[in-house]
Amino acid sequence: MNFDKELNARNLSCPLPIVKTKKALNDMASGQVLKVFSTDSGSVKDMAAFAEQTGNPLLAQEEANGEFIFYMKKK
Amino acid sequence: MAKKMALISTKGTLDMAYPPFILASTAAALGYEVQVFFTFYGLPLLRKDLSDVKISPLGNPAMPMPMPIPVAFQMLPGMESMATMMMKQKLAKHGVASLEELRDLCLELDVKFIACQMTVDLFEFDKSEFIEQCEYGGAATFMAFAGDSDICLFI
Repeated sequence: MNFDKELNARNLSCPLPIVKTKKALNDMASGQVLKVFSTDSGSVKDMAAFAEQTGNPLLAQEEANGEFIFYMKKK
Repeated sequence: MAKKMALISTKGTLDMAYPPFILASTAAALGYEVQVFFTFYGLPLLRKDLSDVKISPLGNPAMPMPMPIPVAFQMLPGMESMATMMMKQKLAKHGVASLEELRDLCLELDVKFIACQMTVDLFEFDKSEFIEQCEYGGAATFMAFAGDSDICLFI
């Protein structure tokens, strides 16, 4: 999937993946896609909750080699 | 209109310092307008230097320790510093942010910190020791915001 910006949130625990995602989105334009890498298993539910509450759609997510990858579109 | 969260932080130990900063930064990231009122032992969490924030195994039987330490030893000098050092190492190993980092993130996300003026006077705190980004006020200042908050917690 195409993306405009990458965020490395590996080896960070709650709430850092969410807070850093928010900060990364702040610097992006509407419609751009952010790719987030996380190793925090709690971030799977948290990213979905973040997307739902902020209205930034979570386009896709993958899991590979113990890493979680999220694609979030800025609303 | 943005949802609001109001927190009251009343404890100054390392373990009890985390919840207000974690909740405040998360809520702010979710778009909440957030205010945290620091009172009594929560007030030292607004100090520029947070290196005095400690955790004690004494009277804290749920704290996981690598080996059980009898209460009679937990009160010995140096035990608190040792427990604090171990806890900080554990937090860092698991990628949990430091208190300073979480507090800075809160400020970047426009969380408002209110320091209890009465506590400052009571404990004769020196305001120059506190971060410049906090405001000073009393219970009524807090109520003005908390009165129409969506989430209000006493920690």
